[in-house]
Amino acid sequence: MPELIVIETIFTPWASLAGGVLIGLAAVLLMLTLGRIMGATGLLAGILTPSAHPDTGWRLALLAGMISGPLAVLAVTGQMPAVDVPVSVPMLLVGGLLVGIGATYGSGCTSGHGVCGMARLSPRSIAATAAFMLTTGLTVFVIRHVLGG
Amino acid sequence: MRLVSTYLAGLIFGVGIAISGMANPAKVLNFFDVAGTWDPSLAFVMGGAVVVAFIGYRFVLCRPAPIMDARFHLPDNPRIDARLLGGSALFGVGWGIAGFCPGGALPALGTGRIEVFAFVAALIAGIFAAKGLMALTHARTARLLRRES
Repeated sequence: MPELIVIETIFTPWASLAGGVLIGLAAVLLMLTLGRIMGATGLLAGILTPSAHPDTGWRLALLAGMISGPLAVLAVTGQMPAVDVPVSVPMLLVGGLLVGIGATYGSGCTSGHGVCGMARLSPRSIAATAAFMLTTGLTVFVIRHVLGG
Repeated sequence: MRLVSTYLAGLIFGVGIAISGMANPAKVLNFFDVAGTWDPSLAFVMGGAVVVAFIGYRFVLCRPAPIMDARFHLPDNPRIDARLLGGSALFGVGWGIAGFCPGGALPALGTGRIEVFAFVAALIAGIFAAKGLMALTHARTARLLRRES
């Protein structure tokens, strides 16, 4: 069993709230202009399968905007946003694979179901969000306090 | 115009993700680690995003159509089934292992961190694996149905 890595983080209610407000505004803007849900998995899947989703231009523009986000923060504050990864690369690969399979079968992820779907009060998205919040919590508990403890 | 406004929506999303902490696996995992190094910040991200999107969507969805498209593209599948819940549950396991979700990882690509690229590569593999599996089971079901009729 590899050693458990835990990185403590400080509570940032204001930065997180401001970030959340911006995420919500971006979702509203995309709905107002293109009538689309701001879902990261759907966006990526659309770009990866252009034959099934011929309208690639806006998806690429959206992705380019997202990737510019941390660079804009760097330009304004002089600091790159923190990405602290207490996870080994093999486990990142396992996690990424499960996230990709799960979000495809579940038709969405944190942004699509957790933000946009919840904001539309979609029963499907509320059920999906409840399901993944529960299993994410359980997984973290098992890794940190059952296997790692 | 369409691409510029979409890029802008992506940029706002990316900045929001970056300052909220959603692109930081240490913060994400600590949010779920209530029994350990708990950091409740992410509740403010989701809360802020959902409230803003909820209010914004009320106004936007009153319109007959979005500004730059003929219609709203909203999911209309009302079913809460095993596929939705199972997929979402699996998504949560992956999120709990890696600490990245797609909406956090895509903007995080902008930081240039190798861990993010590893996660996104596995995420892409997962999306393709699920789509392949779905096509396979779909073809088998169609064959069985043909045989029965």
